[in-house]
Parts: sequence; C-alpha cells; structure tokens
Amino acid sequence: MIKIKNLHKSYKMGKNSLHVLKGLDLEIQEGELVAIMGSSGSGKSTLLNIIGMLDNHDHGTYELDKVIIEKMDETKAAKYRNKFLGFVFQSFNLINYKNALENVILPLYYQGLTKKMREEKALKYLDDVGLKQWASHLPNELSGGQKQRVAIARAMVSEPKVLLADEPTGALDSNTSKEVMNLIQKINGAGKTILVVTHEHDISQMCSRVVKLKDGVIVEDKKINQKKAL
Amino acid sequence: MFHLDRWSEIFETIKSNKLRTFLAGFTVALGILIFVVLFGLGNGLQNTFDEYFTDTKFNNIYISGGRTSKPFAGYESNRLIELDNDDLQDISEKFNFFIDGLTPRISISGEVGYKLKSNNYTISGVGPSNQDSEMNVLMFGRYINELDVLNNEKNIVLGRLVKQDLFGEEDPIGKYVSGGGRSWKVIGVFQDDGGDNEERVIYTPYTTLQKILKNTDKVNSIILSYKPSIGFDGAIELEKKLKGFLKNKKKIDPSDPRGLRLRSAAQDLKNNQDFSMALNYIIIFVGIGTLLAGIIGISNIMVFVIKERTKEFGIRKAVGATPSSIVWMVLQESIFITTISGYIGLFIGVVFLSSLGDTLKKEFYITDPYVDLNTAILATIMLIIFGAIAGYIPAKRAAKIKPIIALNDK
Repeated sequence: MIKIKNLHKSYKMGKNSLHVLKGLDLEIQEGELVAIMGSSGSGKSTLLNIIGMLDNHDHGTYELDKVIIEKMDETKAAKYRNKFLGFVFQSFNLINYKNALENVILPLYYQGLTKKMREEKALKYLDDVGLKQWASHLPNELSGGQKQRVAIARAMVSEPKVLLADEPTGALDSNTSKEVMNLIQKINGAGKTILVVTHEHDISQMCSRVVKLKDGVIVEDKKINQKKAL
Repeated sequence: MFHLDRWSEIFETIKSNKLRTFLAGFTVALGILIFVVLFGLGNGLQNTFDEYFTDTKFNNIYISGGRTSKPFAGYESNRLIELDNDDLQDISEKFNFFIDGLTPRISISGEVGYKLKSNNYTISGVGPSNQDSEMNVLMFGRYINELDVLNNEKNIVLGRLVKQDLFGEEDPIGKYVSGGGRSWKVIGVFQDDGGDNEERVIYTPYTTLQKILKNTDKVNSIILSYKPSIGFDGAIELEKKLKGFLKNKKKIDPSDPRGLRLRSAAQDLKNNQDFSMALNYIIIFVGIGTLLAGIIGISNIMVFVIKERTKEFGIRKAVGATPSSIVWMVLQESIFITTISGYIGLFIGVVFLSSLGDTLKKEFYITDPYVDLNTAILATIMLIIFGAIAGYIPAKRAAKIKPIIALNDK
C-alpha cells in the first residue's frame, strides 16, 4: 500500500537547515496497523505529514497505492487527500461552528455528493462510532473522546485507502484512549490500513507492527503480537 | 458560483458567525450610508446655490444703441445709432440657431390709473419671450403673445405690486385701466423674484407702444437669450459675432468702443460655474474619501476574518478542499455580505435624504438633498469590488499555505 525509499526532508530555520528525515525506507502492506514511535523530534510526525500529503518531501520516492507521489500542486494534492487519506489529529481539528454531523459531512461536500447522500452516509459513519444521537451537537458540547470519535468518523466517511492518526490519544485519559484504540482496531479489523503516530508504549502494543524512529532514521521495525484495547 | 450547495455552505457559515458577519456588514452599510448622506447634503447645498444664482437669467445678451465716437464710411462721429424692428428681424434670422428667445424693449414712464387710484409706473413694450428672459411667473391670466404683437393690441400684463396698488383684492383680468389718455385691457398678472422694482412694471406689446405712442419702428434695446448649451465660450463667440454683424450693418467703425453696447452675463455665469464646480469637486472629494474609509474598513475586517479562519482552511484542505474552492468560498461570502449590507445602507440613506426635503434650507442652506441613484449604486458596486479584492488577496495567500502549517496555527 505504501512504499517509501530514501526519503529526505529538512526544514529551514532561519539560516540553519534542520535535517529531520535522513533517508527513510518503509514499506506497509494493505490491512496493517502500524505504530510509528519515537521521542519528540525524531521525525515521526513529519513522516506522517508527508505520507498524508500535508507536507512535501525533498528527496526520495513515495508511492501510495501504486501512485507515485511527487511534488504536486495543492489542487491535485487536495483531490488525492480526499480520495486516498483520512486524518485523525491529536487536537481533533473539528470546525467549531459546525455540529458533529456537519463536520463528518465536510469531506463528502468536497467529493461533490448530493446533499441527501452526504447526510445519509455521514449519519451512518457517525452511528458506526456510536454518536448518532449527538449528531446535532457542536464540538464544544462533546467530551474529548467523543470529539475524537467524530474526527474518526470524518476520516472514514470518504472511504480512504489509508487512515493516518497523529497522536490520536495524546489529549485523552487512559480509559478514553482505550476506547478510541478499540475503535481503530475495529476499523483495522475491517481491512483498513492504519498508521498511528504515538510515543506511548501501551498504544503501540495495540498495533500489529511497531516502527521506531530516532533522529530521522528507522532504528527498529518489527511485527508484534497485537493486544486488544478493551 | 451559482451552485446551490455552495450557497447553503455559505449561509451556514454566515449563520454560525453572526458577529463577524455583522461587523463586516455594518462597516459597508455605514460607509454607503455616510457616502449617500454626505453626497446628498452636498447636492442640496449646490441646489441652494443654483437657485440663488440663477434668479436672473444668465444667458441674456442686452443690445442697445448709442452715439459713435469715430467717423466711419462717410459718416461723422457722434452719430446716434438706434435699433429697430428690422434689426430684430435680422438677428432672429441670422442667429436663429443659437437663440432661445428674442425680445425688443421700449420703455416709457407714465401714469396709470384704475377707478380712483393712479400711480406712476414703468411701461415696457416687449415680445412674448420677455417672460422667459425676465423669468416672470404668471399668477393670473396670460402673458403677451404673438397675436398681441401682430395686431398692436392694447393689452397689458401687470406686475404683482401694480395689481396690488390699483386693484387690491379685486380680480383685474379683463378690466381696463387708463394711461396716456387711452384704455388698456389687463390680460395677466406676473410675479418676479428679482425684487420689488421688477414687480412695479407693466408690459405691453412693443408694436403697440411703437405705433400708438411714438409711431416709429425703433426699439430701445434688444434682449437675446442664447441656448445655455453653447456654453461660456460659445456665448463669448456669439457676442463677438453679433457685435460684428450689427456694426457692419449700422456702418460703425469696428474699432469704435461706442455706438453699440452689448452687455451679457456670460462672464458672471462663468465665475458662478467655476464656484459651482469647486463645490462639486469638494463633494466628490468627500464622497471618495468616505468610500475609501469604507474600503479600508472592510479590508481590515477581511484580513482579520481570514487570519481567524486559517486553521479552518487547513482542516478543509486536509479533508479535500482545493485552494480555489477556499478562495471562492471567502469571496462569495464577502460579496454576498457587502451586497446586502451595501443595499441596506443605500436604502436607509436615500430614505433619510428624501425625508429631509426642505427642512434644512433656512439654517443650513440645503435644498432638496438627493443623490443620483446611479452614483450611489456605482459607489456600492465599488465597495463590493474592493471588498472582494480585499478578501481575495489574503484568502489566496491563506489557501496557498500548506495545510500542516494552517493546522498548527493557534
């Protein structure tokens, strides 16, 4: 599903240049649940952003579902993101003036579905994360776990090839974290490829494969015995 | 742009961001309102000015004879030049294209009486177009017409004060007054804004005075009203040509400063037009200033709004919004708000102006303030366009930002 070879990325910080990713190689098969671990500054979020086409890479090749992703204009990137990728963020990133249902509808709006189809589909996905009765609530009326579940519904509603989660449990307590991870495992169980960036050991153990990053290179990559979240 | 879905998305945004919408709309509405009111008051000031300065006609040329001061073509100097009906005819034919009205004038002074009352008045023999060139407004009856002139009718039109002196409250129309041992029939009464003297005048057909009183075809003066459309330069040119023509006809040395007098208000008119123009420029300047303030106001709000929405744009892009769809969303929203609120401001301004009417005339010299609807609509459209540009530039920039940077925006 994902093929990465010799990936480089550096950020310019004034006159200095910060080399974040230093020649990464990574291959992820369809249906895997991969945890990307590392301390802060190891480049794990940068890697996820590049995979998510939220950011560009400098050198190397990146292949997503047999499509080579190169520097592309924003219009094309937006279409790819809409078609291939779903995002879950640590800070949820819901639009605060839209209610839960409207937030889930948003990717479908950009897909150009009719209003009726959008609402039906969004409601179904909201139901899948157990929040159907919260559809008309605004984000600030929801708990952190509920917000993250809305965000997951929003990520899933466009039926992406890959779900990318950047510290999805970072802002949640341990019980809520387990609920969210349970949901992620369920989605993975249905065959979806999922990447989870985390620095928590517990969370990484709930995945089927752990990739450890340090200073912009992969130091460990192994399959593990997946633990059930709940 | 007219996609229903997009509109409902925009209405949703507007509905959920009432303060932002109100602020932007209020700025635009206020800008247009102030523009309309200031412009209207300026126009009102101009109206008062125009009224004041056009009390007497400015497009009149007064032509009268005199004595020559130079010998010419076999004539000696100090020759008396008099105008007559033939000159009137010639001018009327030769300069027809420039002429709005043409009337001769013969004036005498005499005693006029009705029943037991009598008084001394100026009696002027004139033609029908005297009404226009003197700006006489009829109160009763009619003015002197062509038929009166043709038939030397002994009909007279009284000034308002003459009527008051002789008739008091009595209806004068059809009554006869005596003057110079003859009876004269009153056919009308006029009023004139030019002061009391202008209303102590009696007008009668010039042919009547020529025949009955003097038995000549001479006239004291000729008053020519030219078409205002020829403008100041045209008036000066016409005056020159008239002078040349008459001097040639009357055999007066072209360099003789006397012999023929032409007097016109063209120069005065020019001065007044200049002043009027200055007033206009001030109005335009103030109007543009107001509009500019409005544009700057809406620009500021747009910049702020887009800054505030940067993170939202990042989210939208992460779920598949293209940069152009974001720019369009911002533009449509801004155009929608400015159009509606611009219209509201325009409406309130126009209603306010028309409700003022003449109430400010006495104290502030503002008459009938109004704003040309085209100007007001143009101003509104300008504000909409500049509002859109003001939104477009930051929106374009915001839409270009990488989503990850927009998402990290706090």
